[in-house]
Amino acid sequence: MSAPAASSSPHRELGLTDSEYELICEKLGREPNGVELAMFSLLWSEHCSYKHSRRLLRRLPTEGARVVMGPGENAGAVDVGGGYAVAFKVESHNHPSAVEPFQGAATGVGGILRDVFALGARPIAILDSLRFGELDSLRSRHLLDGAVRGIGHYGNSIGVATVGGEIYFESPYEHNCLVNAMCVGLAKREEMVRAAAAGVGNAVVLMGASTGRDGIGGASVLASAELGVGDEGKRPTVQIGDPFEESKLLECCLELLAKGLLVSLQDLGAAGLTSSAGEMASAGGVGIDVDVARVPLREADMEPFEIMVSESQERMLAVVEPARVPEVLAVCEKWQTGAAEIGAVTGSGRIRVLRGEEIVGDMPVEALVDGCPLYDLDPAEPAEWIYGNENVLTARVAAAAGRDADPADPASILLALLASPSVASKRWAFEQYDSVVGSRTARRPESADAAVLALPEAGNAIAVSIDGNGRRVACDPYAGTVEAVLECAQNLACAGAEPLGLTNCLNFGNPEKPAPAWQLDRAVSGLADACEALGVPVVGGNVSLYNEGPEGPIYPTPVVGMVGELPDPSRVAPSAFARGGDAIALLGPFEPSLAGSELAKLRGELDTGLPRSDVTAVAAACEAVRSAVRAGKLASAHDVSDGGLACALAECAIGAGLGCRVDLQPLRERGCTPEEALFGEGVGGFVLSGDEDELRALGATPIGKVGGDEIEIAAGDRSLAVSLAEAEIAWRSLKRYAEPRQSN
Amino acid sequence: MVWGVLQFPGSCDERDAVGACERTGGEARLVWHEARDLEGVDAVVVPGGFSYGDYLRAGAIARFSPAMEAVAKFAAAGGPVLGICNGFQVLCETGLLPGALLRNTDLRFVCRQVDLLAGGLSTPEGGQSCREPAERLSIPAKHGEGRYWAPEAMLDEIEANGQVAFRYAPGHNPNGSARDIAGVTNEEGNVLGLMPHPEHAVDPLTGSTDGLKVFEALAGARA
Repeated sequence: MSAPAASSSPHRELGLTDSEYELICEKLGREPNGVELAMFSLLWSEHCSYKHSRRLLRRLPTEGARVVMGPGENAGAVDVGGGYAVAFKVESHNHPSAVEPFQGAATGVGGILRDVFALGARPIAILDSLRFGELDSLRSRHLLDGAVRGIGHYGNSIGVATVGGEIYFESPYEHNCLVNAMCVGLAKREEMVRAAAAGVGNAVVLMGASTGRDGIGGASVLASAELGVGDEGKRPTVQIGDPFEESKLLECCLELLAKGLLVSLQDLGAAGLTSSAGEMASAGGVGIDVDVARVPLREADMEPFEIMVSESQERMLAVVEPARVPEVLAVCEKWQTGAAEIGAVTGSGRIRVLRGEEIVGDMPVEALVDGCPLYDLDPAEPAEWIYGNENVLTARVAAAAGRDADPADPASILLALLASPSVASKRWAFEQYDSVVGSRTARRPESADAAVLALPEAGNAIAVSIDGNGRRVACDPYAGTVEAVLECAQNLACAGAEPLGLTNCLNFGNPEKPAPAWQLDRAVSGLADACEALGVPVVGGNVSLYNEGPEGPIYPTPVVGMVGELPDPSRVAPSAFARGGDAIALLGPFEPSLAGSELAKLRGELDTGLPRSDVTAVAAACEAVRSAVRAGKLASAHDVSDGGLACALAECAIGAGLGCRVDLQPLRERGCTPEEALFGEGVGGFVLSGDEDELRALGATPIGKVGGDEIEIAAGDRSLAVSLAEAEIAWRSLKRYAEPRQSN
Repeated sequence: MVWGVLQFPGSCDERDAVGACERTGGEARLVWHEARDLEGVDAVVVPGGFSYGDYLRAGAIARFSPAMEAVAKFAAAGGPVLGICNGFQVLCETGLLPGALLRNTDLRFVCRQVDLLAGGLSTPEGGQSCREPAERLSIPAKHGEGRYWAPEAMLDEIEANGQVAFRYAPGHNPNGSARDIAGVTNEEGNVLGLMPHPEHAVDPLTGSTDGLKVFEALAGARA
């Protein structure tokens, strides 16, 4: 790779517009040299500068009594009591994963772990939100397999439990899969550290792996342009992960922080040293000198610009008082972690890149980090549904219920929905992840609606959920995003948890085009309004734009991760039924509709528009469920989600090995057609089981009883009955779709 | 009773193992991989994880660590040693236990609660805490290289010697292990290795408490 030449218009090749280039010249008072141009082009990329989203993000509520760290730090953090804070963040690694799924997903996990331990928090949990094309495509199966292996490889090897997540399969993700990873960490508040550099004369120490040519321009370049044909040629820009290196680096950093040896700490992610040094200097209002001659290299002949922009993984940058440097190096030595003093904090307000005595780059921090112009979007609502629609119900029913099954028969439809890879059990994936390491996992994947992690240090527990149904957001970006937040809140309520904070990853198409711009604008408003109404602050997040392939944009996919607190993890209700003879009841303002539903998708009937949800009423239902769970009054609690009430009931039954007999007359009295009552979707619904009087006292409507070995649902002329065994085979069929050759 | 839990760069479950040892009523401390002296511990746990990244082959580098040299001497003197998952792999690589652990037959990492049938573990009273085949333990397994393998003749021999400490219950073998073997001991019975994780089965909140029986049995093997 050669340095960007200062001739012709190299800035265009690096993704800068002519006017952005002119602005850089103006701010420098001269033309940038090759090193400076490389650094500007990365920090002014969409990925690093958020130039198309930053103005929108100002709408989000970020303050709350429990917020310890908010947006702008490596991760957000909330107080969980007892002197402890929980740090968390979700981040995308979409484009690298679309090019090379194993390393893309693995380094996505590695990156989000570093964001969390950069605060001084020990990572205790990982969750993942994944999107692929339909599994009848070889490419999608390859991406799914690689991403799941990559997540497992990194998380399992570093010893952080992967406790939850979600996977959806939709054709708009065929060329542009989504891999979003969330990490949750636990920190003693007094040991937490910020990323702002401080103290003129302090040393800047680079720790961890040596710096190589891998990932030059990786995340920032890949993430700031659409994917196109020939992306295999971009493979050298995908970073390679080494969880063992990160394991040592993690323990080393936590020991350094526990000993109080660091002034500040920042991970090296997209744009490598350029962004970490730039952001630390910017946050601290200082300057930083970096001597590239002192950076430990994998290849001796690297150019200064390559060293400054390399995205080699497993590296951290720390600011250290000069007198403590020997102690820092000794701890690094103990953990067999590389460490080199590569520069110093200055009062200049400039980032200076030196090679020995020679100055090879010199830029004002303000221009480099905060100087990129912010753009307003030019949104326009598309006139109609802009994605595909294909009726696959007959084929899906035949596959799930038998060749001769009738696509109009409700029992066959239920089996087809349960077997739909987006609805089906994700056991095939989560069994490839270590979900128990750390001895905190009080509820393993699929046993409750949210992951539950015990915090014996703080004397309580947290519940965590990650959600975002892109298809519904595509139907209505505002209402769909509100639903994603409410879905998370409902999952937390089933665990008895009160939301403390939220993180999000906004995965959208090209913001320079009107339709994705409109989707982004509406989704951010939905996110802001839902968080405001629930009183949940947004403590951090990430934006991933330009998720488009040759066939158009992905479904707009805001992924929401929520963390809540609960006093007693032993009280958390399972999502599956618990005892034969228990009453089953429905709670909440559930008004199911086929709009945007899994069934509408299978029938090729997707269209714009979703019913608006009543956020206040959903919040009240969450509060009722939360209190009942905490009081131990429920035998089970599960929210109604993909595939509607029939699928929710089937999941409760399959998980317990207990059938049920239910009558949906109460929903029909609310005006639902039998089909809407069975398969309609919408937020606000909880399926609860337990003592009938207790359920009535909560305001829930009894709809049936647990027992038998059939799932029987009366819904007028669409009544159905399927055996538990048939339902289970359908619901556990993901392996057949993911590995068709191995399992036939 | 003082337990020493080895800590390698890349260990994952060492803190969980310390917690499990403490639940048996004992005291537990981490032993750094460079330590040449076990400092008088009464029993040793070689924990799960990916020691030194498990580069080359699982456990292949850890066997050369100073701490493992000390463990080999400790075991030769009759000291009780428990190897869990990566620890089992390390003990096999070291030659303290027979056989080897290969990649799971489906070539995927698996994390699953499995039932084990236990036999032959002695208790402090000298009796049998886990009578074959009645004692059934529910313990999580999580590994990518957990398929127990040994030549047929060696399998016959360790079975005849009563060295098969744990088998996966019918239908629970997650990795294709020969003869459903999940854990084995040395001939003397003071060194035990198993793939499933008893340290993750010591608290009803996070699963079962069946794993405590493994620690208690080992504590009983002391002396």
